[in-house]
Amino acid sequence: MGLKRIVLLMGLIAMVGILAAACSSDDDDDNGAVSSAGARLDLVMDRGNLICAGRTDLPGFGFLDANGANAGFDIDLCRAVAAAVFGDASKLTIIPISASERGPTIQAGEVDILSRNVTWTTTRDSQWGNYTNVMFYDGQGFMVPTDKGYTSALDLDGATVCVTSGTTTELNLADFFRQNGMTLETVVFEDTASVYGAYEAGRCDATTSDKSQLAAIRSGFADPGAHMILAETISKEPLTPVVAHGDDQWFDLVKTVMYTLINAEELGVTQANVDAMVSSDNIKIRRMLGTEGEFGQSTLGLSATFAVDVIKAVGNYGEIYDRHMGPNGGSFTLPRGDNKLWSDGGLIYAPPLK
Amino acid sequence: MPLLRSMLWHSDIPLWRDARVLRAFAQIVSVIIVVSIVVFAVNNVLTAANDRNLALGFDFLGEEAGFPIAESVVKYHEANSFRYAFYVGVLNTLKVALIGIVAATVLGVVLGVSRLSTNWLVSKAAGLYIEIFRNIPLLIQLFFWYFGVFLLFPAVENAIEWPGPIFISNRGIFAVWASTTSSFGPWMLWILGGLILAVVARFSLLRIEARTGNSTHPNLLAIAAFVLVSIIGWFLVADAPLAKSTPELGRFNFQGGLNFTPEFTALLFGLVIYTASFIAEIVRSGIQAVEKGQVEAARALGLSEYQTLKMVVIPQSLRIIIPPLISQYLNLTKNSSLALTIGYPDLFGVGRIIINQAGRAVPVFAMIMAAYLAMSLTYAVIGNLYNKHVRFVDR
Repeated sequence: MGLKRIVLLMGLIAMVGILAAACSSDDDDDNGAVSSAGARLDLVMDRGNLICAGRTDLPGFGFLDANGANAGFDIDLCRAVAAAVFGDASKLTIIPISASERGPTIQAGEVDILSRNVTWTTTRDSQWGNYTNVMFYDGQGFMVPTDKGYTSALDLDGATVCVTSGTTTELNLADFFRQNGMTLETVVFEDTASVYGAYEAGRCDATTSDKSQLAAIRSGFADPGAHMILAETISKEPLTPVVAHGDDQWFDLVKTVMYTLINAEELGVTQANVDAMVSSDNIKIRRMLGTEGEFGQSTLGLSATFAVDVIKAVGNYGEIYDRHMGPNGGSFTLPRGDNKLWSDGGLIYAPPLK
Repeated sequence: MPLLRSMLWHSDIPLWRDARVLRAFAQIVSVIIVVSIVVFAVNNVLTAANDRNLALGFDFLGEEAGFPIAESVVKYHEANSFRYAFYVGVLNTLKVALIGIVAATVLGVVLGVSRLSTNWLVSKAAGLYIEIFRNIPLLIQLFFWYFGVFLLFPAVENAIEWPGPIFISNRGIFAVWASTTSSFGPWMLWILGGLILAVVARFSLLRIEARTGNSTHPNLLAIAAFVLVSIIGWFLVADAPLAKSTPELGRFNFQGGLNFTPEFTALLFGLVIYTASFIAEIVRSGIQAVEKGQVEAARALGLSEYQTLKMVVIPQSLRIIIPPLISQYLNLTKNSSLALTIGYPDLFGVGRIIINQAGRAVPVFAMIMAAYLAMSLTYAVIGNLYNKHVRFVDR
């Protein structure tokens, strides 16, 4: 008797339990992930600060300054958004992440913005999140020791190359060698510091990354003159801040802040003259700074004069660039090249603010 | 309903005081709790993945991987699929784990026995080793071996040359090795024949020994038969089945021969040296756990020191040593996932790259966990079978 009956009863109750759990869980949707328009801005406002995924280990783009504060080109883009939302660029938390954590982090909406020299590709655009506006046009190159006498990347047939894992760099590298029928050996690390540490120690014949990054890293080597960046650019790397999929308002807001930075440079509005420019008689400037008219700020949930806060906090696009990579920049010098304004023959272009 | 009544009301004891019913009730409650937790966890992953647009499903596995892998046991090319890349990662983990387990066991046993040595210096040296390596985190040891030792060897042009030749540089260790030729396959048939002959010979010699009572040296003769057949086979196949492959310095690096990369070697060193310190303690405690009386009794029966060790001490200490030893093997395998930090492309490292390149965190993590679990369970099964074999048998 007993056992059989007990098993029967247990089975019955377990089945009821499973059914109950399965039914009750169909409609719960309260895990904090943002999926509707406007929700991200509300979340940021409630939280009282903006959370950006960035980095702390790349001079020029995302690093720690002498006081241990986050600084860099990518960081300033986040500060601009914080200034636009709160009128205060310091209401910002930077979460340092590794290259291979970027996708899952923004996919899951763990952060408000991903600004960590991310290359825009179509696969990533479909999977990771929405790409806002290209803020830095880069391309992949190779760095080699000067004394080896390599003149071209085509000299590297059979070479060992140090590279960061989980990057487009890794894929471009394989494509380039395959395309040119060359054999490739790699050493792959997740941590960027390990990549360049191993390269500097002579583990690899070359290292590869975006040229801006190579220039930044070279500036930090014990003997920068002992290393050179080869002329070839083997890829297009449009570096772009990313937001999570599913919230159009937040996507538009971040894009508008990026456009504002670029338009400000075009219009000659700088950190120093922004207060005076508020009463400028140039109608484009007056509209941008909120003195006159409206270009969609209120729809996006921004104040009429947010552009003043942004430019006061970080300056215009050119000022941000020069602060970190210009001739008098803090980290190293990288000529603007493709990153000049379109009006100066570069690629940096933004829709008009109107 | 008589069934329901008989289910709820057994004889005259009320339901709430019937010990059998109460026991059953406790079982039912625990089943409900366990089932609910599982349902909640699975459901949580599914809804969270859905809300956060994390794609599930394994359909991406057939797509082209596109990324290079630094070293591989089998041939790998960027145009291979994600599935194949993952398989390459699994093989790399198995490679370092299996070599590591053998080496750690040998080193650990030597250290454990040394610790019990009556020689003061040997015993103290073993003790010092164990205390140092057991107490420093493995990650730090790996960084030390990689960045502090193997990358500091001379550049490849100035490689240290040892007789052999073996070349040591910061590109790794290159040694002379044998490469197989076209007659390797036929020669393997000879080897197989030799093996079968050896087994048959040993078996029949043992039977003769049992019948006549005279020693026939079964092991020695079996090995001799195997070696003889292999040598005859070597000369009878078309040309030498193995050719010497000497590493030679090319434009960038050595080519040919046997190659251990600094990443692999540093990982192997780290894992072996760390795990051996634990194995040494297991061996020491296993030997010490055999009662002194057992040794004394064996000696009193006239067994020699070697016989005492072989027939009395080791069989008993093995039973104590094996279960924790298996757990050290599991640890070594799982710890090999730290390879990620020093650039060895193991299962976890390759898995992380796939997650990033394919954008599928949940499925790939499930695959990674399943792979480690499968390895661990395999060890556990093999270990338990062996443990059963050496276990004390009650008669």
